[in-house]
Amino acid sequence: MTQTRQLEVKALTRVEGEGRLYVRIEGDRVSHVELNIYEPPRFFESFLRGREIREVPDITARICGICPVAYQMSSCHALEKALGLTVTPEIRRLRRLLYCGEWIESHALHMHLLHAPDFLGYESGLSMVADHREVVERGLRMKKIGNELLEILGGRAIHPINVTVGGFYRAPRLKALKALLPDLEWGLGAALETVRLVASFDFPPFEQPYTFVSLRHADEYPMNDGHVVASNGLDIPVEQYEQHFAERHRPQSTALHSVLLASPNEPDTSNENCGANYLVGPLARIALCLEQLPPQARQAAESCGINWPSGNNFHSIVARGIEVVAAFEEAIQIVRDYSAEPAVSRIEFTPRAGEGCHATEAPRGLIYHRYRIGDDGLIAESKIVPPTSQNQGQIEDDLLHFVPSVLHFEDDEATRRCEHLIRNYDPCISCATHFLRLTVDRG
Amino acid sequence: MSKTSERAKPRLAVFKFASCDGCQLSLLDAEDELLLIADRVEIAYFLEARTQTLDGPYDVGLVEGSVTTAHDAERIREIRRQCKFLVTIGACATAGGIQALRNWADVNEFIAQVYARPDYIRTLATSTPIGYHVPVDFELRGCPINKQQLVELVTALVVGRVPRVPGYSVCVECKRRGTVCVAVAQGIACVGPLTQAGCGAICPAFQRECFGCFGPQQQPNPASLCDHYREQGAEPAHLVRLLRNFNGYAPAFRDASDALESTGDATLADQGTQR
Repeated sequence: MTQTRQLEVKALTRVEGEGRLYVRIEGDRVSHVELNIYEPPRFFESFLRGREIREVPDITARICGICPVAYQMSSCHALEKALGLTVTPEIRRLRRLLYCGEWIESHALHMHLLHAPDFLGYESGLSMVADHREVVERGLRMKKIGNELLEILGGRAIHPINVTVGGFYRAPRLKALKALLPDLEWGLGAALETVRLVASFDFPPFEQPYTFVSLRHADEYPMNDGHVVASNGLDIPVEQYEQHFAERHRPQSTALHSVLLASPNEPDTSNENCGANYLVGPLARIALCLEQLPPQARQAAESCGINWPSGNNFHSIVARGIEVVAAFEEAIQIVRDYSAEPAVSRIEFTPRAGEGCHATEAPRGLIYHRYRIGDDGLIAESKIVPPTSQNQGQIEDDLLHFVPSVLHFEDDEATRRCEHLIRNYDPCISCATHFLRLTVDRG
Repeated sequence: MSKTSERAKPRLAVFKFASCDGCQLSLLDAEDELLLIADRVEIAYFLEARTQTLDGPYDVGLVEGSVTTAHDAERIREIRRQCKFLVTIGACATAGGIQALRNWADVNEFIAQVYARPDYIRTLATSTPIGYHVPVDFELRGCPINKQQLVELVTALVVGRVPRVPGYSVCVECKRRGTVCVAVAQGIACVGPLTQAGCGAICPAFQRECFGCFGPQQQPNPASLCDHYREQGAEPAHLVRLLRNFNGYAPAFRDASDALESTGDATLADQGTQR
């Protein structure tokens, strides 16, 4: 008779939002892995209908308190396409600066307070303080600088109020941005320090044959713009995203779960088994866009001792560190070049019917939005695909392959290691709700 | 000896319901104060920040999010039993949040629109504030809350005094900051006069209307303000949307938007809908 064992994490910790992991093991075989998202659904796509165009970035920000800018940017770009609106190069640069702020605060939080404790053997960043106070304080200060960028450009760090379709309600104050330069320069040095630290961590040997997906842009590391590319050779404009990626709905989740189709509009997308898992986020972006990294980030990537692309998602903490270096480098450049507040901070528009879609790179990976504006100038339809629902299938697949390597541990240690793996993804469950619970069933 | 002082630290717990995580993130966003707070307060339960969880009872419970499932309606009762002092943080916990827009719609139609398998989804027809389910001792407003107000709240609770949080309107903050009124000078319909201060009046300072993140101030007069904006040419439907944001289900905002929908062309103040 086969022995059955269950591993369960009733409430995942150090992740944003609420989820559970359940794993069932029969003999030495993992028979079932389920990442269960019990975060209650909030129905953003439904109540966006009938709202004004200008309200959309204010509302979609509320999907996620950690990465509101990702939602705001994707909404604005998609709606601008629907309206046939082109922003000025100055507005484009300021948007990139805003996104740098979000990458810095989100990555700095995850690396120092949520993920480093897994590698260093603490239950939290708060407990790490006793032995690694300088690391935690460095992380907090980096995060604070990211938040200050958001405040100067967006009015506040969580749910910025200055982002609108067409640009910014008001240009950021020259003086305030320039005053932040010394902090940004400190941040660049601090980020390089953190890359050296996290690259020295002990990484479980866990290579997976990932299909990486991200945006790619010829001239810059991807944030606001680019083609959708994948490590299988896919290279498409964002407008074709829905022909190549489909969402599935599974019983354990209030999040929809995305798959990459074998061919455009693969027949029978309603088939629950169609399509393949793929990976978005820092590891995917570095894999696909290493050459676009700014100089110091590129140098840090090449000298950190990891060969990119890496199929070991435990390296994602290093990828995040490299991206923080990149964000500080870019921010410094943009602030240095900001010589006057632009006369035009937003492009005016008249509401009209139309449809537009866009993808940007949230800290956790590619995020896709599509909107249709009705004849009354109000939102008629919307579709939002957050990063974590794209990664969910891959997280489960990782666990399926990872669990056998931790079966010799007691349940507590085995589940702790599974949680560590999940945190490689910096999953944002609030986002994915339209999204996570870990239970392990050693059945 | 040290054991006694450990025990003397107030025990803080942070709970999440339907929300975006932004309000509890505000605690981690208090970068300058976080380590000090962690030193003075026992952070006993805070899933987003730490794996260690200590059982209740807790001295202070901070609750983020609104109640949208039958399970959560049960859970909040148990949390109430565990917390001596229960504080709602943010618009979701205090007024139902943006997800309370479902309260004006058919939730089954919402589910069918987003999910391929509506039968996998269990949710209530409404999103309701924590105060609809259990007594709440204090509420911190905002979408998101202001981190300085959060630090003030925690400090006050540690030393055992009432937190100082103003109940006046955003207009007071605008005047204090020297912002030219966007409603008067530019004719923009702004709900600052109805909305509680706390954000620092950032929106008008950025040349746009207040859209009510902090919910109704102590003595709002929505009917009069809506009549004023309508006289200036604002569409009632626009005003309804402006009121139906993150605090749309707070009684003062809810009654005003409902009245706007039902009165047609009549003025609200005449209808006696002022509350």
